[in-house]
Amino acid sequence: MLEVKNLSMRFGGLLAVDQVSLDVQEREIVSIIGPNGAGKTTVFNCMSGFYKPTGGQIIFDGQEIQGKPDYRISRMGMVRTFQHVRLFGKMTVVENLLVAQHRHLNTNLISGLLKTPNYRKREQKSLDRAAYWLERVGLIDLANREAGNLAYGQQRRLEIARCMVTEPRLLMLDEPAAGLNPAETRDLNQLIVSLKEDYNVSVVLIEHDMSLVMEISDRINVINQGRPLASGTPEEVRNNDDVIKAYLGEA
Amino acid sequence: MATQNLRHALFCAVVTLVISYPILGLNLEAWGTNVVLTGANTTTVISVLLAAVAVFLFQLFRDRIMGTLGKLPPISPFANREPMPQAKWERLKSAFLTLLIIAGLIWPFVASRGAVDLSTLVLIYIMLALGLNVVVGLAGLLDLGYVAFYAVGAYTFALLSQYFGVSFWLALPIGALLAATFGFLLGFPVLRLRGDYLAIVTLGFGEIIRILLNNWTQLTGGPNGIGGIPDPTLFGMEFGRRVREEGNTSFHETFGIAYSSEHKVIFLYLIALVLAVITALVIRRLMRMPVGRAWEALREDEIAARSLGLSRTAVKLSAFTIGAFFAGFAGTVFASKQGFISPESFVFLESAIILAIVVLGGMGSQIGVILAAIAVTILPELAREFSEYRMLIFGAAMVLMMVWRPQGLMPMRRTHIELKKQE
Ligand SMILES: Nc1ncnc2c1ncn2[C@@H]1O[C@H](COP(=O)(O)OP(=O)(O)O)[C@@H](O)[C@H]1O
Ligand SMILES: [Mg+2]
Repeated sequence: MLEVKNLSMRFGGLLAVDQVSLDVQEREIVSIIGPNGAGKTTVFNCMSGFYKPTGGQIIFDGQEIQGKPDYRISRMGMVRTFQHVRLFGKMTVVENLLVAQHRHLNTNLISGLLKTPNYRKREQKSLDRAAYWLERVGLIDLANREAGNLAYGQQRRLEIARCMVTEPRLLMLDEPAAGLNPAETRDLNQLIVSLKEDYNVSVVLIEHDMSLVMEISDRINVINQGRPLASGTPEEVRNNDDVIKAYLGEA
Repeated sequence: MATQNLRHALFCAVVTLVISYPILGLNLEAWGTNVVLTGANTTTVISVLLAAVAVFLFQLFRDRIMGTLGKLPPISPFANREPMPQAKWERLKSAFLTLLIIAGLIWPFVASRGAVDLSTLVLIYIMLALGLNVVVGLAGLLDLGYVAFYAVGAYTFALLSQYFGVSFWLALPIGALLAATFGFLLGFPVLRLRGDYLAIVTLGFGEIIRILLNNWTQLTGGPNGIGGIPDPTLFGMEFGRRVREEGNTSFHETFGIAYSSEHKVIFLYLIALVLAVITALVIRRLMRMPVGRAWEALREDEIAARSLGLSRTAVKLSAFTIGAFFAGFAGTVFASKQGFISPESFVFLESAIILAIVVLGGMGSQIGVILAAIAVTILPELAREFSEYRMLIFGAAMVLMMVWRPQGLMPMRRTHIELKKQE
């Protein structure tokens, strides 16, 4: 469903991403791994429309999307999280999920001002959807708290829930396990697998910790200093000489 | 530290002397054909010296003075308290607003004619400030040309009535919609600008509208303005002594009471009151709707908002347009109240005052904005003797507020949507 071909991104003299290609099929978890500064986040920024790539193509559902505005890409069903959590901190947890459903709720102003039955029905529906996902990520008891006051791990889960209420087809997670303890990481992995299996969402996952992604990824792409280093199943990547060299050389 | 303070204080005192002595002390006087420079008289010299000493002392003890100022108890009884439970706060707020409206309804029948007239002006400013509050306080867009939309509303009514004999009630929605259209058209190219740039462009737009009105003499009468703008009618009843338009009746004759010019003033006041209440209620409702949440989300974290499919331009444009709409509303009422408008009424200072009301009141907070509108409009009237110093007092008040309560009189309290447990 998603195909990235020869993606390049240049910042002045720095070629942050150099000819990276990857593809994602329906109901698949594809990981991008690589050391810090390898260009993983930059790939995401290009895919989600935050940057206009300087070269290459990104094709989603047969449509070229490189250079399209970010909100359009999000509306097509490709939604992302951020390496540094970006919640609406002063809003409550449930309101964060309501903002994300803006599009589903976008009735005209008049019906909202008059609180027509149709408007109420839609409002209730989005509240229900929010409640469902809060239940799903275990935050239902904190629904009316300010999002900024949540613990770090809870914020991470809220960010994923906020993506899921938009009913995406492809979810892009940028280092979702960063800063989590081992128990939280295990829960997160289960959640990601369940997104794929129960909700038919494809996932692109960024991690720089290799061992983490090995068990849940269907395929892995390794990039190093902006260039693709290897790709394949976890097994293939684990035994790839270049990968071993790069990772052991750094460690 | 201390020497540095002393040096700084000395420097400030010298600057005060250097600036104020020539401005206040030196006079150019015409002696026949010659122009003579005369020095200051003793009182001026003494007051300039005193001012310099005051500046010196203030700068010397600045930290201490500012410190105590910051520690002063807040004026608002609600500020800095333990946050109340939301339900209680909401009830309190509704009760307060209801009381305010009831007081507003009784007011014209007990107050003097002049007081009622002034209150109408206060209500117009409340409408303007509530509208600008959407743009600045809720959507976070600094608009320095808000008065332009006010002018569009006022001139729409003035021109429509002059050329087509359109009545107040028809002009009211037309003026508001036209102002909203202007807001939309201006917002479209401008809203991709950020912060300071947006402020400058809107400032320019405000001036352009005023200059256009000033120079398009054939249509707008230029600096002479437009007069004879009709009063609103009540179901076809006019409030003048004689009926101006055919088919209408006059209010005092219909009810068989003596003519009084007060009727008209009270009626206008009541219209302004109703419109101000409608404005407040509509905006309150908008804040709880998806648009309102979108404004807030975009203000809090634009990148996250966009990543969730919110279009920056569309969301900001909606705030800009809605703000302009209410300015148009207020403009129509203003034109009707004055009966005469000219570009003089729509100078930049008006934009600045409306913005000051929003900032003083506490961005985003409706009650705060209403209180600030009352204060800013009425205080200068009460202190008529000091009217020369009006701007000075105004500036001083702004500075004090920024030190004392930078978040405004009544900082905004968000109303959360609560998720109720479904058992
Ligand atoms: N907006 C930008 N401007 C300039 N350089 C950037 C920008 N974004 C990222 N980079 C550079 O691109 C490289 C890759 O960064 P990034 O994609 O964040 O790496 P990763 O997410 O793999 O840790 C880094 O050297 C970084 O400094
Ligand atoms: Mg990164």
